Order: sequence, then structure tokens, then C-alpha cells
Amino acid sequence: MAAGVLSGVRQVFRGPRLVSAVFSCHGQTLSSASAAVKSAPDTAATEKILNFPLTQPDYFHLSELFTMKDLFEARVHLGHKKGCRHRLMGPYLFGSRLDIDIIDLEQTAEHLQRALNFTAHVAYRGGIILFVSRRRQFSQLIETTARECGEYAHTRYWKGGLLTNAPIQYSPGVRLPDLIVFFSTLNNVFQQHVGIRDAAKMNIPTVGIVDSNCNPSLIAYPVPGNDDTPVAMEMYCRLFKMTINRAKDKRRQMELLKGISASV
Amino acid sequence: SRRVSPELLPVRHICVSSSLWKKNLAAAGPQKFTQEFIDKQVEEFEIGKRHLANMMGEDPETFTQEDIDRSIAYLFPSGLFEKRARPVMKHPEEIFPKQTAIQWDAEGRPFHFLFYTGQQSYYSLLHDVYEKILAMERHQDKMRNKGLLTSETKQILLTGSRWLLKEEIEEYLVENISDHDYMRLIQLMEKLLSMPYCSLEEEFILKFRKQLEVQSSKHEIPALQYDPQGVTFSVADGRRKTAKASITLRDSGSGNITINGRNYLHYFPLLQDREQLMFPLHFVGMLGRFDVEGSVEGSGHSAQAGALRLAISRALLSFVSEGDVEKMRQAGLLTADPRIKERKKPGQEGARKKFTWKKR
Repeated sequence: MAAGVLSGVRQVFRGPRLVSAVFSCHGQTLSSASAAVKSAPDTAATEKILNFPLTQPDYFHLSELFTMKDLFEARVHLGHKKGCRHRLMGPYLFGSRLDIDIIDLEQTAEHLQRALNFTAHVAYRGGIILFVSRRRQFSQLIETTARECGEYAHTRYWKGGLLTNAPIQYSPGVRLPDLIVFFSTLNNVFQQHVGIRDAAKMNIPTVGIVDSNCNPSLIAYPVPGNDDTPVAMEMYCRLFKMTINRAKDKRRQMELLKGISASV
Repeated sequence: SRRVSPELLPVRHICVSSSLWKKNLAAAGPQKFTQEFIDKQVEEFEIGKRHLANMMGEDPETFTQEDIDRSIAYLFPSGLFEKRARPVMKHPEEIFPKQTAIQWDAEGRPFHFLFYTGQQSYYSLLHDVYEKILAMERHQDKMRNKGLLTSETKQILLTGSRWLLKEEIEEYLVENISDHDYMRLIQLMEKLLSMPYCSLEEEFILKFRKQLEVQSSKHEIPALQYDPQGVTFSVADGRRKTAKASITLRDSGSGNITINGRNYLHYFPLLQDREQLMFPLHFVGMLGRFDVEGSVEGSGHSAQAGALRLAISRALLSFVSEGDVEKMRQAGLLTADPRIKERKKPGQEGARKKFTWKKR
């Protein structure tokens, strides 16, 4: 039964991808379902489970997961030197002190809240989340995080057509990720990771931790913050893991409740 | 401009050449077999095996693969030189190439967390090895805190084994990896081995090492026989180019050497040939101990000397200890010289010599 419900969810994502920007913090719902969704028999309960969370601004109570003080203590506000600054990161910076750019934590908190909320909603609806990073220092940590929350990771060399030529790279009928989370948007030669451009081409929403030397333009939910310090990375991994686990547990809970109410 | 509905637009007939209809064999890749097809083949194989056993008059229950091979060779005798072209009846697992099954569940979610990297087994292996390295470092720190850190920890025995080759790793992972990937994996395993507490992961590491066979155990040692007089002797053969030699080594205590009924001094007037005969005995230090009686035919004097030398070395194996066998093998005494006369090719004077080259 649960499989039937989740296949309904998959049909939602199978349709032509209107970018599923869920502006839940504004209270509006722009559902990504195209008109041709076939309804299952127990549609009313399923649709309630899927649509009700989208009406709430913070359905999963993610604001209690972190405070600005936590971000400060994890050194998220430390950017790179002034000379490495990217032109488009200007608005996200608080200023610079002794030539080091300081990221505005108020904006970071807001962006992080939005990004975590979006991730939670995608996980709630059974979407595939892919963690990407090219920093070898944190590769093991990110892979472990992905394994622990039941999602996927790619912290290795990115082969050419992984997203754009998927039926050939994998097998015909493969399902692409529904959300890509970049823990570092640069690759090992300080150029923008190919995955950002490819995800934009394939209409896959992205969440990315952008440091002061990164380009935030193609990313759907940028989170300005430090991507070099181990403390900061551990914090991000912990936050994403807790969000995804919370969302999945909530979904299981709702399914159980639906099962109980249907049998009653 | 007004939008025209699709029904009113002029219909375009697109002409396509027939080459597009033909199956593009090159692009199709290796043939894929479904699981049902393989299962059916396995069933047919089992039934066929029983029929074959009945045909040969043997018990179908205890009919092994060697029996099948023997029966097929008997029923379908083939004179083809290429062994792989002869009729064969093997289990479908060995005939059809192994294919990876579908990697995701009913909802399309892949099973493995590294599926999207493209090389899930290889990267998962790297992940596990690195996890073990980190665990070992943590263990080391714990021991250091307790004050129990010593350098005399149990070491893994690595002599007599080698790392698995790239092809063997590919077979183990059921995935293709590049040379760079293979090098990276071996480097990571070496790093694991370099840590003091590597004996904790001994079982894991030995999975990736292959035992080398001891070469000296492959040599066939001729049996020691006894004369009516009680003298031990052994017989062995040797070949070189077209010369065939047979030697009888008698443990009588005199150093006589007789070849084809004549003394070796008469048979081999050249010092070089006599040295070849002496070398095996001189190497093991038993020069004056044996009586050598040999017969040789074919080829020239140098080849005959070489054939006799090989025969003497082989005969000596039954008188010599294990360590000396290995020493003789490493000295090259037990290796048959494979060099033969190279054939003459058409368009040339000889095997290598060409006709005079004229610029114009």
C-alpha cells in the first residue's frame, strides 16, 4: 500500500519538470504536479498527506535545530581573503576584517532555514537526495552522512554525462536525483562544479553551501557559509541528516495514521 | 502571427534511408539476457545432464562436470586444434557472461548509496578501507592513552603472496576500473598495512592477496632405484634442439662418465662440452660421487652436451635436498632450453637475412 502511494508521488515528479519551488515560508503552494496525474482510489487521504505540509511555513520545526550562535561557534561566518571574493557574493557579506571576508550570519540563518525546509519537504515526499562535494578532506564524512540518512552521495570524480546522459551512463530507466545538495560548490581546481550546471540543465533543484569565492547564481537555494572548516562541515552534515530523518519519520507516522484511520 | 492548430498544418513526409532501419550492431553493445532466459537454460542443462548420464550408462545423481566433459569428448570426437571451438556442455553460469541485475527498487530508488558515482562497488571498497584506517588510528590513540602503545605488534605474513591483479579485482567487483583507480586502491591497502595494528584487519587484507605457488614443488623427481648389487641409481631424460639424451646416475663413489659406450673425453674433445656435463655435479658439490652412464642421439655436439646436462640435473634431483632443488632451479639447471632453429621465410635468404637491398 505504501508502495502504491509512493508511486503516485513518483508520477508527480515524472511529469515535465516545472521547477518545484515550494515557497512554503510565504504560505503559498506551487505544486509541481502537471495536470495529467492519475488519481489512486484512496486519493483524498493521500493528497491530504502530500498537500497539508505545504500550507505550513515550518511544518517540520526546523528553526529549533540551529541558532545563530551555533553558526558562529562553528565558524560559518569565516570566508576567504578579500582578493578571492566573488563579485556576486557581495550582498551576502557582512564586511571584511583584517582582509578576511565575514559572511552575514543573519542572511545565512534565513537561507539555511529555507534550504533545510525544502530538503525536508523533498525527503517527506520520497525524493532522492544526492550529496555532492569535491573536498577530499570531508569525503568520508559526507558519504557516512548519506548512508546514515538513507540517501545518496557523490564525492568522487564527476564523470561527464552523469545527469545529462543518464540512460547511457547508468541503465535505461534510471531515476535521477530530485535534489542535489552541494557541500562545496567548487572542484579541486577552484572552478564551479559541473554538477551545478548539469542540474540546472536537467531542471533538478540544488541547495549549495557557497563560500565567499563561489558563484551563487545557478543554485536554487544558496546558503552563504564556510565550506573549509571541519567544524562547519560537521555541523552542516548533522543538520541535513537530522532534517531528512525528521521528514522521513514524519512521513512514516502519517502513513501509519492513514492506515489506522482507513481500517477504522 | 496566428497560431495554427496542428491538424491544419501541412503534413511533411520525412524520407529516411534504409540504413537507419537496420539494427546498429556496433552500438547495441554486448547481448543482454533476462533472468528467465538464464533460468530456463539452467533447467535444460540439468535435464540434459541426466539424459547424458543415462546414455553413458552411469548414475545421473553422481554425474560430475569431468564426467560430462569425458562423455562429450567421446560422443562428439573433434579434430579441431582450437580447444574452445570443440563441442562443450557446461553450466550456463560459465557460458553466459555475468550481468549486473537491476540496481533499484520498485520506486526507482537505487539500493546502493554510491550508485550515482557510476562505480559503486569500487568506491564503496575505498570507503570501507578508509573507514578501517580511521578505526585503526582511533584504536592506536586509545592504546597510547592507556600507555600500552608498543612497536612490537603482530605483523601479517606477506611473503609468498602478491596483490591481486587489476583483472582479478575487476572480477571481484564485477565492474571495470582504470589503471589509475587500481593504483589508488593498492596505495590505500599499503597505507593500511603500514599501520602498527594492521593485524586486526588481517582477514580483510588477505582477501586481496593471492598466494604464489612454490615453483620448486612442480618438478617431477625421478624415483630412486636399486641395483642387484645394492647400488642406488636414478634414470632421467633431457632434450635440447633435436638432441635426445638419457642418463643413469649410479651412486658408486667413482667419477666415471661414459656416453654412448665411449669415455666422455673421447666423445667430447671440446672443453666447453665437458664443462656442460660437469656443471650440475660441481654445483651441488658431488663431483666424484657418481658414475654417469648416458646415451644421446641427434643434433650437434653442443646440443648433445646441453641435453646431457639437463638429464644429469633431473637425475640428481632424487639425491639432493629440498633447499638444493630450489637452488638448482634458480641457477637454471632444471629449465629446458626452448630455443630451436628459426624457420626460413619466403622472400628472404634465411630466417633473418634479407636479399641485397637495392635503392633503385
